[in-house]
Amino acid sequence: MSNTTKTHAMDMSALGRSQQELNMDKESIALEVPDLSLFYDTKQALHNVSMRIPRNRVTAFIGPSGCGKSTLLRCFNRMNDLVDSCRVDGEILLDGKNIYGKDVNVTELRRRVGMVFQKPNPFPKSIYENVAYGLRIQGVNNKRTLDEVVEWALKGAALWDEVKDRLNESALGMSGGQQQRLCIARTIAVEPEVLLLDEPASALDPISTLKIEELINELKSKFTIVIVTHNMQQAARVSDYTAFMYMGELIEFGDTNTLFTNPSKKQTEDYITGRYG
Amino acid sequence: MKQGNFTTWFKSGSPWVWMNAGAVAIAVIMTLGLLLLIAVRGLSHFWPADVIEAEYTIPGQPTITLIGEVTTREQVPTERLHGAGLPVDPEKTEFMDRELLKVGNRDLYGADFRWIVADWLENERTPEDIVVIERREWGNFYGYLLQVKQAGQLIAEGDQAWTALQPAVDRALGIYDEIHALETGAIGKINAELERIRLRERGYELDNALTDDRKAQLEAERKVQNDLYAELEANLIDLYREFNRDSIRVRAMDGREKDINLSAVVRVFQPNAMGPTAKVGHYFSKLWEFVSDEPREANTEGGVFPAIFGTVMMVLLMSIIVTPFGVLAAVYLREYAKQGAVTRTIRIAVNNLAGVPSIVYGVFGLGFFIYLLGGNIDQLFFPESLPAPTLGTGGLLWASLTLALLTVPVVIVATEEGLTRIPRSLREGSLALGATKSETLWKVILPMSSPAMMTGLILAVARAAGEVAPLMLVGVVKLAPTLPLNGNYPYLHLDQKFMHLGFHIYDVGFQSPNVEAARPLVYATALLLVGVIAALNFAAVSIRNHLREKYKALEN
Repeated sequence: MSNTTKTHAMDMSALGRSQQELNMDKESIALEVPDLSLFYDTKQALHNVSMRIPRNRVTAFIGPSGCGKSTLLRCFNRMNDLVDSCRVDGEILLDGKNIYGKDVNVTELRRRVGMVFQKPNPFPKSIYENVAYGLRIQGVNNKRTLDEVVEWALKGAALWDEVKDRLNESALGMSGGQQQRLCIARTIAVEPEVLLLDEPASALDPISTLKIEELINELKSKFTIVIVTHNMQQAARVSDYTAFMYMGELIEFGDTNTLFTNPSKKQTEDYITGRYG
Repeated sequence: MKQGNFTTWFKSGSPWVWMNAGAVAIAVIMTLGLLLLIAVRGLSHFWPADVIEAEYTIPGQPTITLIGEVTTREQVPTERLHGAGLPVDPEKTEFMDRELLKVGNRDLYGADFRWIVADWLENERTPEDIVVIERREWGNFYGYLLQVKQAGQLIAEGDQAWTALQPAVDRALGIYDEIHALETGAIGKINAELERIRLRERGYELDNALTDDRKAQLEAERKVQNDLYAELEANLIDLYREFNRDSIRVRAMDGREKDINLSAVVRVFQPNAMGPTAKVGHYFSKLWEFVSDEPREANTEGGVFPAIFGTVMMVLLMSIIVTPFGVLAAVYLREYAKQGAVTRTIRIAVNNLAGVPSIVYGVFGLGFFIYLLGGNIDQLFFPESLPAPTLGTGGLLWASLTLALLTVPVVIVATEEGLTRIPRSLREGSLALGATKSETLWKVILPMSSPAMMTGLILAVARAAGEVAPLMLVGVVKLAPTLPLNGNYPYLHLDQKFMHLGFHIYDVGFQSPNVEAARPLVYATALLLVGVIAALNFAAVSIRNHLREKYKALEN
């Protein structure tokens, strides 16, 4: 936990959206998908998807419902393993290592690739225990370490000020937006390298949504973030890179400004101008 | 027009609402009626009714004096009385009143109760000096107190007798408690110790290891216990002498006089002289005796405490066995087993198990648990006490196990139901944090489905506590000498037979030699059984509500 101690001391408030010019060729790559297909029984849900997801950037997946964006996201932490009929063909490289390899420890992978779900899903425990859950799973039971991490994670999720006086109350008494930020705090508490967000704001009101978006902006200096959203404005606001998917295929991938202002594919243009989807 | 109205009325749904409300009303009335019946019949038994004295003349026979409590009054066809050989004229009146008089004094008249024709009863009065004496045997005595004697010497007579009697009775009861405590406590312990020594000796004998050293050792231990016993015995003899010191002379309704030793007396009272306050006090002391005392006189008198204790004990033990068993099975079926034809079949089988008649479980418990398991355990672990069986006979353990088997389907079904209702998102949330499946189960899923497990347990308790039929085969008896939980090592006697309220009802009501006397106790015991089950359920329900509040599932 030596590096944990260091990161806790980091000043999160100094983080802001980077203004630098984006160039995919200069990015360090966190996740690489060379050629991935996915099947539910015989039905193919992903068709030969290839992409590279840059480190410490926000990458958004957009596309109409059922296009496979969530399915692809759930490949990154092997959540699809839970579906019996699901079969993955191809590999995904996390720091150059195939996560679908035979010797991969799935729980270890999920610790490195955290995930926040569409609907807030706090455990029916206290706020403190929710955030400490991942660490306790790893066997950390030192009260001081836990206290520090919980505080750091809640601050990181911009929730500390709202809940610091009621850490021992049930998480189920919080508002939807707070619950979702708690889920983010719970996920970053185990310090993953990649943060997967599956439509994190779709069940929330506009103000909570705004808070989550600000949070994403702050978190990207520390984590590689991949976000699935059906809200194009949101993708435009929060992401550095955007992937447009349609019918299980990756249609276009590029930096967000270019993709939204000057898409190279007709399908992308049709979608972002609202002609379908 | 009328037709149209009817159609509108029918379409409005009113008949449907009336039908629903009617069904509910009938259910409520039946439940309340049942409770009311057993409550009134059972609870009125403890009230000290007035005792009447009257002259009774069957035409053509000499007049006799009767003393007793009127317990029932009913109208019967004169024809029937005529048929019974009474000199009545069926032509004159069609019906006549008759009363059931509890005259007690079974030692004198052979029966406690006497049917009398109300019309032939004359000069009914309630003299204040009639005494009722509750005895340890031969039932109640009704009559007049003549003398109180101490060690054969007359100490009070006539009007003074009553005042002298009460302290003497209290003294005797005090000594009785002492004797009882000594017999069940210290002497019970010595007996248990001697039995253990005997078993050890037998054990050595069976192993061919009974050396002279050991023999001497055991003999020494036995001597210690025997010396202890001799000491206590002397004490006990003294106590018994004191206990038997006092006696009273009483006169029954037919003028016969009788001596009653105070050691045989439980309670004396003069119901006709009691004011309302005294009667209420007497009522509650009888009620307390009923729930806290041991039964007397073939269960028709005294209390039912051992039966309450046995029932609660068995239900608790059953809960301890059935909950982990049912929950583990449900977790495997729902979480680990591959869903398919096999799991479906198992699930159907489990559900059908809940419908098997309980007596079948009793037979299974007797054949499998007691004869096969218990018999073999005896052979292996308790050979020294054979041929007397230890676990090879009915007992608390086997009864609880049989009932656990009977109720395990309910727990499995309820737990499975609870497991399926945990939102998938919570499992994924836990797995996404790097928890394994079993960690997710232990830390999130099982705590959250605990209210469902409690629901299963509530249903199990409700069913098990009321079961009688299988218990008759696997360990319930009409009278158990000691409680299954007592001060003798190993304190909890799982091999011991025990009493049960449900069986007690059956035994008192249908196996008793004195049906009339026992009938009110049937109602009272039934009320108590309902109360005990309700209390057990209430406890489980409040635990469940607490858990529900704690693990309130995510709404929406």
